[in-house]
Amino acid sequence: MTAALSIENLKKTYANGFQALKGVSLSVQKGDFYALLGPNGAGKSTTIGIISSLITKSSGRVRIFDYDIDQDFNSAKRLLGLVPQEFNFNVFEPVEEILVNQAGYFGIDRPTAFARAEQFLRQLGLWEKRRDQARELSGGMKRRLMIARALVHNPKLLILDEPTAGVDIEIRRSMWTYLRQLNAAGTTIILTTHYLEEAESLCRHIGIIDEGELIEDTGMKQLLSQLDMETFVLDLRHPLHALPDLGSGHVRLIDESTLEADICRDNSINFLFEALSRHNIEVLSMRNKTNRLEQLFVHMLENNGSGTGA
Amino acid sequence: MTFAEQYIAFKAIVIKEVLRFLRIWVQTIVPPIITMSLYFVIFGNLIGSQIGAMDGYRYMDYIVPGLIMMSVITNSYANVVSSFYGCKFHRHIEEMLVSPLPYYLIILGFMFGGIARGMAVGLAVTLVSMFFTDLPLHNLAIIVTTVIFTSALFSLAGLINAVYAKSFDDISIVPTFILTPLTYLGGVFYSIHMLPELWQQVSRLNPILYMVNTFRYGFLGISDINVGLAYAIIFAFIAALYAYALYLLKTGYGVRK
Repeated sequence: MTAALSIENLKKTYANGFQALKGVSLSVQKGDFYALLGPNGAGKSTTIGIISSLITKSSGRVRIFDYDIDQDFNSAKRLLGLVPQEFNFNVFEPVEEILVNQAGYFGIDRPTAFARAEQFLRQLGLWEKRRDQARELSGGMKRRLMIARALVHNPKLLILDEPTAGVDIEIRRSMWTYLRQLNAAGTTIILTTHYLEEAESLCRHIGIIDEGELIEDTGMKQLLSQLDMETFVLDLRHPLHALPDLGSGHVRLIDESTLEADICRDNSINFLFEALSRHNIEVLSMRNKTNRLEQLFVHMLENNGSGTGA
Repeated sequence: MTFAEQYIAFKAIVIKEVLRFLRIWVQTIVPPIITMSLYFVIFGNLIGSQIGAMDGYRYMDYIVPGLIMMSVITNSYANVVSSFYGCKFHRHIEEMLVSPLPYYLIILGFMFGGIARGMAVGLAVTLVSMFFTDLPLHNLAIIVTTVIFTSALFSLAGLINAVYAKSFDDISIVPTFILTPLTYLGGVFYSIHMLPELWQQVSRLNPILYMVNTFRYGFLGISDINVGLAYAIIFAFIAALYAYALYLLKTGYGVRK
């Protein structure tokens, strides 16, 4: 299968001597939804900057759908849509004009550009704002504007660098739905995010960068299967003043209406409910204490010596 | 990109640039009209009437072409230096960098935006000058081509300034300390024949002298310098500045990390 993105031994050393990338190699297959994770300063944005020509690489090779960026960057650029982390549009330009101009830079004639602008502004709920200057939009609208702009030339590979940062949960979830639809329609998507729930929910493959090196590159299911223990929080219907002997040392009373239980991944959870039922302890609800991916992510970074959270 | 696609992309940049300065016309078109009106009143009417004829023309008629050219130079330069630096500062230059736009097209797009502003301001100032004097018209083709080529030259210079600029202060240094003195010493208000021989030769090193005199020749038919030589110098500067701007963008200086 053709790789949508292929990176080999990518290195970047900035003028001040800081080595941001120390030889990253990864491959994202066509049609994939790929999460590129890592703590702040790990090298995610540098990698994306090099792919999209905003940063000059020191060495290594990058191919976008088999187009080498050193040999045919223009063909590669046509296939790539970028939603950067920072707002980078002219805030004094009307929303529609931003999209039409961007289409123009890709050689798309104005009638087609206006039609595409309408299509994407409607899909992303910005059509009513098309005549407003971009500075008048809310934070969530500005994020959606950047997605619309990145799509106006119909790229096959879409890279989103923290697209939902600072966006409220309702808009975030609507953006997830939209990105799933895009991916289902055939667009390969690479996503960086600090919301690990987002990565777990959307992505099928995952790469973790830390200190300029790729420390993990695998399927989401394979990664989550490495988790050998999960902690569940149980909310109780009636107050419990002391924890009876449940036959397991992995259950703790947090307060009079909350229990925490550590469950090995290979063990059934039924034994816990049977024990609780024997003591007439009624459970109202149950949830994971931490996001599973977050648990693994922190563990991996600790093993790599970073020890920072997402 | 095919030729047709390149033409569309070029048009997109020019439209964006023209809309930009038209959207803020109070800041871009009106100030030079007011400034030049003051020059016409004070230097042309009040002081000029005491000076008498210059090369056989009323002082007002002598300085009007130079003042129009001064507004063309400062506005074409200001248009590109502020627009391109704004693109860098607010990072929307990235919109162009991630697209397949060739660098030469980015330069030409900004340059034509600067030419459009230079011509718009030049035309507006010319119309205002008609309230003060009836300018003769010696050669329209020379007038039009001088405006176009001069604004192209200073648009390119503005772009190079913007590439190097790291703060908004940096985009005002060249206009304040280089452009304005050279313009004032470029024969806008006087003929270099009024100067001692040594200073006449020094003045000939000032490229703005050639543009002002060629433009004045288009209206009045008089010039301190050879018009053919002036065109050659303007073209040489355009070629050199264009090549340097292209080199800077290709190396990514100031726009890519």
